Amino acid sequence: MRFVDEFRDADKAHALAAKIAALCEPGRQYKLMEVCGGHTHTIYKHGLEDYLPESITLVHGPGCPVCVIPMGRVDDAIHLASQPDVIMTSFGDMMRVPGSGGSFFDANAEGTHIRMVYSPLDSLKIARQNPDKRVVFMAIGFETTAPSTAMTMIRAKAEGLENFSVFCNHVTIVPAIKAILDSPDLRLDGFIGPGHVSTVIGCRPYEFIAKQYGKPVVVAGFEPLDILQSIYMLMLQLSQGRSEVENQYARVVPWDGNLVALKAIGETMELRPYFEWRGLGFISHSALKVHEKYAAMDAELIFQVPGVRVADPKACQCGEVLKGVLKPWECKVFGTACTPETPIGTCMVSPEGACAAYYNFGRMNRNRVAEAGVAGS
Amino acid sequence: MSKSWIDEALAQSELGHEGLAAEGRRQLPLADREQQVLDRIDRARRRRPKVREERVTMSHGAGGKATQTLIEAVFLDAFRNPLLEPLEDAAQLTVSGARIALTTDSYVVSPLFFPGGDIGDLAVNGTVNDLAVSGARPLYLSAGFILEEGFPVADLQRVTESMRAAAERAGVSVVTGDTKVVQKGKADGCYVNTAGVGVVERDGALGAARAQPGDAIVVSGPIGDHGITIMLARGELDIEADICSDTAPLNGLVADLLDAVPGVRAMRDATRGGVATILNEIARAADVGVLAVEDAIPVRAEVRGASELLGIDPMYVACEGRLVAVVPGEDADRAVAALRAHPLGERAAVIGHVRAEQPGIVQLKTAFGGTRIVDLLVGDPLPRIC
Repeated sequence: MRFVDEFRDADKAHALAAKIAALCEPGRQYKLMEVCGGHTHTIYKHGLEDYLPESITLVHGPGCPVCVIPMGRVDDAIHLASQPDVIMTSFGDMMRVPGSGGSFFDANAEGTHIRMVYSPLDSLKIARQNPDKRVVFMAIGFETTAPSTAMTMIRAKAEGLENFSVFCNHVTIVPAIKAILDSPDLRLDGFIGPGHVSTVIGCRPYEFIAKQYGKPVVVAGFEPLDILQSIYMLMLQLSQGRSEVENQYARVVPWDGNLVALKAIGETMELRPYFEWRGLGFISHSALKVHEKYAAMDAELIFQVPGVRVADPKACQCGEVLKGVLKPWECKVFGTACTPETPIGTCMVSPEGACAAYYNFGRMNRNRVAEAGVAGS
Repeated sequence: MSKSWIDEALAQSELGHEGLAAEGRRQLPLADREQQVLDRIDRARRRRPKVREERVTMSHGAGGKATQTLIEAVFLDAFRNPLLEPLEDAAQLTVSGARIALTTDSYVVSPLFFPGGDIGDLAVNGTVNDLAVSGARPLYLSAGFILEEGFPVADLQRVTESMRAAAERAGVSVVTGDTKVVQKGKADGCYVNTAGVGVVERDGALGAARAQPGDAIVVSGPIGDHGITIMLARGELDIEADICSDTAPLNGLVADLLDAVPGVRAMRDATRGGVATILNEIARAADVGVLAVEDAIPVRAEVRGASELLGIDPMYVACEGRLVAVVPGEDADRAVAALRAHPLGERAAVIGHVRAEQPGIVQLKTAFGGTRIVDLLVGDPLPRIC
């Protein structure tokens, strides 16, 4: 299939793997963080680690939108959905995320109407078809999905739809990366930068990572060769003692981002003073709320939202996994009490969650082909 | 669901954990610790399944892990008997000396009419196929209808007409039936249930548990056509593609395969849960490992394209006219040739092998050259959001 198969070419992967292996200094361990959950998914789905030498460890980052939603917000959403005449719309990934009293699926079994949508715009269709209902869109995601929520709000306003509102849980990636860089328990050598977020915000916001923290960043695409090439670019920077922001995904990511999308976000949303991230705690200026100008569409103002903070179950170590301090399988409950069918933590739910990716795709001892290849050459 | 299940689950895992914690302090090398965790998970997965939810959710109907848990913890628990226990597509029984296969299936597809078929031919073919892959010659079907008040009679006639045509094509007769009507809003138009009986004329038992290391796994054609067709036919995705359902009766194809390779170990039709689910059933039933090769699995470009866009894996998408067969390794070429000689098996291929290593686990050699696990799905394939 064109535009897909080119990026999954095993011969090219073998060639890149050999170049990566050649750049490893003997005896040195490398820790590279892929920030985005989409990358984590690709890495496991295609068995990419098979191509990496043992000395390179990929650390899974916090860029999984579902994973960072704290339990209390899930409870708030279910509370909203159980108000009279409410139809809530949500992306499919959210449906199985456990709140303290169960997931959206469980809530639906109890009588709420939470519908899966593929695009926020579908919520408007539902709002138009059900004028006697109140449609609330459960908005989640990083800067990747925020513009589509923004455009939906702009369209709803233009149409004068009065029965549509947004429960805004959009978060921004840069404060989370900064929190990880400032966290004392982790030493990272470089970052595989989030591709889709960068289509919106561009590459400039990462410059502080290279300049102030001295870590290289390569913004990467989502096909396996994209990621392998980005690892190569990071290793090249490290071997040359450089720390710069580079753009591997230039076919999609403009250096300055997407101004139209950024304007739409600015028009409809504003920064919250602080927001709770699952596992990472409260991070200031790290999330978006509905803009004052759109107050009539802000579900948090229209409805009473309990806003009770719910602590994660004691044994759940999603926070450590999200920060990359623990590998998924090092969590105490991984695979026994916490499985995809009965997830305790969010990382086990989303296809982009590190635990789900490892459990579903990577739960085995792997043979690393790169080393075999190098040994043979 | 209350919070208590979390505590219960935690307590359970603590039990199996003490040994590890003690050893963990000695800080075993990373790879050994990982292996220990893998072993522990393996033990946890072999535990008796338990339904934790207080109510049925949509996941219980999706054909993945939740469905399997529900079947084993509720239905098998209640009805347990040696004929049911193998959980094959059809039960094999002996009645007054005659070997009979019996199966039943309910159809709730939405929309009722879709490119390549409708609920009617699906209801006939699905039951015919369940009988065929269990080695029986399908003979007679029953048909039960649950109709919603207000359902157009013309639509009902369309459904029954395609059932008639499908039965004729498969060489079976619908010999008994039932009709129920429920108030508007209590059902979605029309649900159909069919049961079928067939006669087992060949010697040699079939069953997923008979798979052995060295066996080849064969699929009879491109996978995922039906599921993707239905998803697109719902019109919610604004994607159009030129594909139609593969719904078809497989009894002719099965007969050709069994004539050419009498030693076939097992067959399944790849419906809900797709080929991935069948490979897992084989690995589990026979306690063997399965290694599939992504490049070898036939998938139409349209199906692959739609799956990529939706973030789902065609291996989990339903077919309604494809079978997966386990055959002795030395018979693989003959099996593929026999399937390809039939119009419904033109793109048959060997997609993998059974092996002794990693029993219970299905591994996939990806087109990219890596390896990964192919597990049972928990629920419906959920689309990724970014």
